[in-house]
Amino acid sequence: MSGIADQEQLAQQLIDLQKAEPGSVRLEDVSAVVAGIMDAARKEMASSDNEVVAKMIGLADYIESAKREIASLRPDEVKDRHLPAAADELDEIVAETAEATNRIMDATETIQGAVADADEATQETIFNASNQIFEACGFQDITGQRVTKVVKALKDIEEKVDSLISAFGDEIAEYKALNIADEQPTDAPADAPVDFDDISDEMLLQGPQLADEAMLQDEIDRLLNSA
Amino acid sequence: MAFDITRPILLVDDYVTMLRILRNIFVQLKFTSIHEATDGVTALAELRAGDYSLVMSDWNMEPMTGLELLREVRADEKLKQIPFIMVTAESKTENVIVAKKAGVSNYIVKPFNANTLKSKLVSVIGEF
Repeated sequence: MSGIADQEQLAQQLIDLQKAEPGSVRLEDVSAVVAGIMDAARKEMASSDNEVVAKMIGLADYIESAKREIASLRPDEVKDRHLPAAADELDEIVAETAEATNRIMDATETIQGAVADADEATQETIFNASNQIFEACGFQDITGQRVTKVVKALKDIEEKVDSLISAFGDEIAEYKALNIADEQPTDAPADAPVDFDDISDEMLLQGPQLADEAMLQDEIDRLLNSA
Repeated sequence: MAFDITRPILLVDDYVTMLRILRNIFVQLKFTSIHEATDGVTALAELRAGDYSLVMSDWNMEPMTGLELLREVRADEKLKQIPFIMVTAESKTENVIVAKKAGVSNYIVKPFNANTLKSKLVSVIGEF
């Protein structure tokens, strides 16, 4: 170690080691360089001790402040009350709309059956109108899928809240509150090339798209008919 | 030769509401042998046991998705020629391309109307 006098010499030794042929480096040379690096690091640390301590104190203050802010959010209520309630409400929406839709379709079929003996023009009018009712009932399928997506998002949030509760441990009990759900990491950029042979079914199943993201039937037709 | 609308067809969707809507439209179109399945596994078993002339399937189902059903159908020597129309709310470009590569006969995005469904049927099976 005493043979290494300054950092320039140490840097040169490192370069020499990097350039050396494999197997030609002596263990004592490597040991000397490592010792030199550690010595230099120790000296650097000693000269900046005060600065490090000040930064540590600032960091501790910041963490305490963050804990207080997190506590004030009452995340325990979010997890135990708000999220389950929201999920239940959404489940209920799906069930109620399904029931109502089935009643509408029952009634429509009754109407269709009742005009069997009517004249042809009347039958056509009734069937055309009832067809439109059936088509409109498709809303239940779409809204059901959209609500399912929201419920899934709520469950994801609940899991993240759970993770934060676990991480804070005693702090949660002390403050009786909790967290901030991290934002989902973003996927690959939208313009990234896609390998359609390697894309999983799970990745494709995103449910109904928002209006500005969805393809129109005409666009789908063009895509299907393209070479 | 016109498509025989008395031959059995299979509608696959996990939403019973959608099955009723599809059934109603096919009844209006004078199809007489309309069968239903609420998941891909049941549908595949139905297809293997029967003599179906058309499959119209949703994509987003469990445990077997519509895409998996399509791939099973196309990989089955007995079933691979059956016209397969995907009816789904999945309307992203990659979905359509993947379905096309898997051998889908046509692709209808929900919500749809009877006219759209009929025009896609005609494009797949011809006039009936």
